[in-house]
Amino acid sequence: MLNRRRLLAGTTATVATLGAGSFLSSVSALAKTVTLPFENGERPMAKYPQKRPLILQTSRPPQLETPFSVYNEGVITPNDAFFVRYHLADIPLEIDPAKFTIEVKGKVDKPLKLSLADLKKMPAKEIVAVTQCSGNSRGFSTPRVAGGQSGNGAMGNARWKGVPLKTVLEKAGVQAGAKQVVFGGLDGPVSDKTPDFAKALDLDHARDGEVMLAYSMNGTDLPMLNGFPVRLVVPGYYGTYWVKHLNEITVIDSVYDNFWMKTAYRIPDNDCNCVEPGTPPKATVPINRFTVRSFITNVQDGAKVKAGETRLKGIAFDGGKGIKEVAVSTDGGKTWLPTKLGKNLGNYSFREWHATVKLTAGAHELKVRATSNDGKTQPMQALWNPAGYLRNVVETVRVTAA
Amino acid sequence: MKVSMRLAAAALTLAAGMGLAAIAQAKPLKITLPQETATFKPGTNRDVVMNNCTACHSSDYIQTQPRGPKFKKDFWTAEVNKMIKVYGAPIEEGDIPKIVEYLTENY
Repeated sequence: MLNRRRLLAGTTATVATLGAGSFLSSVSALAKTVTLPFENGERPMAKYPQKRPLILQTSRPPQLETPFSVYNEGVITPNDAFFVRYHLADIPLEIDPAKFTIEVKGKVDKPLKLSLADLKKMPAKEIVAVTQCSGNSRGFSTPRVAGGQSGNGAMGNARWKGVPLKTVLEKAGVQAGAKQVVFGGLDGPVSDKTPDFAKALDLDHARDGEVMLAYSMNGTDLPMLNGFPVRLVVPGYYGTYWVKHLNEITVIDSVYDNFWMKTAYRIPDNDCNCVEPGTPPKATVPINRFTVRSFITNVQDGAKVKAGETRLKGIAFDGGKGIKEVAVSTDGGKTWLPTKLGKNLGNYSFREWHATVKLTAGAHELKVRATSNDGKTQPMQALWNPAGYLRNVVETVRVTAA
Repeated sequence: MKVSMRLAAAALTLAAGMGLAAIAQAKPLKITLPQETATFKPGTNRDVVMNNCTACHSSDYIQTQPRGPKFKKDFWTAEVNKMIKVYGAPIEEGDIPKIVEYLTENY
């Protein structure tokens, strides 16, 4: 048995034996810490159960960030590198899936109590979809705002298998007048005065056939810290809706107004979902679909590259329309070059892109900009909102060619 | 859902029918989280902070927040009030200034 305390405090040799591999290349080989590129960005690396060493944002409740180099390994994020985010510290550490049930209740004709075996007997569906924390990249927000100070690693792309929520709701029989569906998981607050974590979706969204109760992630059980044995998958929507350890589904005839819907996770209600930095929004709506983003994954900021032809590659994604094109710039955004898109795994997946660019000797600002199939693209200047959500500025990687 | 309720619910459903195949496939999963390593910095009223904050979260929630002149007394006052008003932290009135002072001085 591994002693986790010893591992955590481990030597370089210990880290190496964990099969850490190439992803640590962005980090010093000796690193027990990494420094995210913003003020007060130093974080320890930590080994959690079913995970390789990840960036430890907070330990209780656990928030683990994926080292960015993982996104260069492939378009699917491995389960053991997938980010972790909880809100409340009473998280389940032991679950017997043979005893686990999901209750379906509220405004339904036939309340259900589904076991995992029941769920696995129902027709299954697969989807490749990104989940991204609403606060992904919050540490880059300028001016800075309170909250989890993530770099760009609170996102991941997995192949989810499970049962469409639509099928489950049809089985229960949604009653006339129903408006929303509320989702609760096994994780909860330490104090009963803290609002329990629950999220809601409009009924039409809940039964669109894509929202899913997933019991498999990349071909295997979900890791405990990613929601074992079942989590809600809400393709194209921020991770806050992807309720982990999903055990309660309640159909209601009102608009759910708990803290997590009515107060937290709100964005400015205007076209850009943004406000003048440092000012409050006039009105807000619940956060919903991802904004379009793209990243260069194979060249790091500050890298030295050979002058001449350089291959660039990376990923792009949006809230579900799919990626139409990705362009790169080697001159700080003055001119743009097309890239080739990789295999299409569906509109909710990361989409790989690659390009070969010519770099003359000297300093270059590489930029990448994706456009989705509905024509939305990324701003050159970051938009701002008080919670530091929705960041999707055109990313810049500074390199020197020689 | 709280742990106690969860256990009760698990006990209730224990009697529910389960296929043998399902039992064979679905094994219980138990994990042990690593020991917390983050600690609060030494300083006046550290004990008050420990008593009031650590029941719900580890000290790295504070350690990782932005730094600088805009993240001093007003920022920490707002955070402490958020913990009380929004998350229901049972902090006594008299402890509030002590907590704010400690956070402002040390973070």
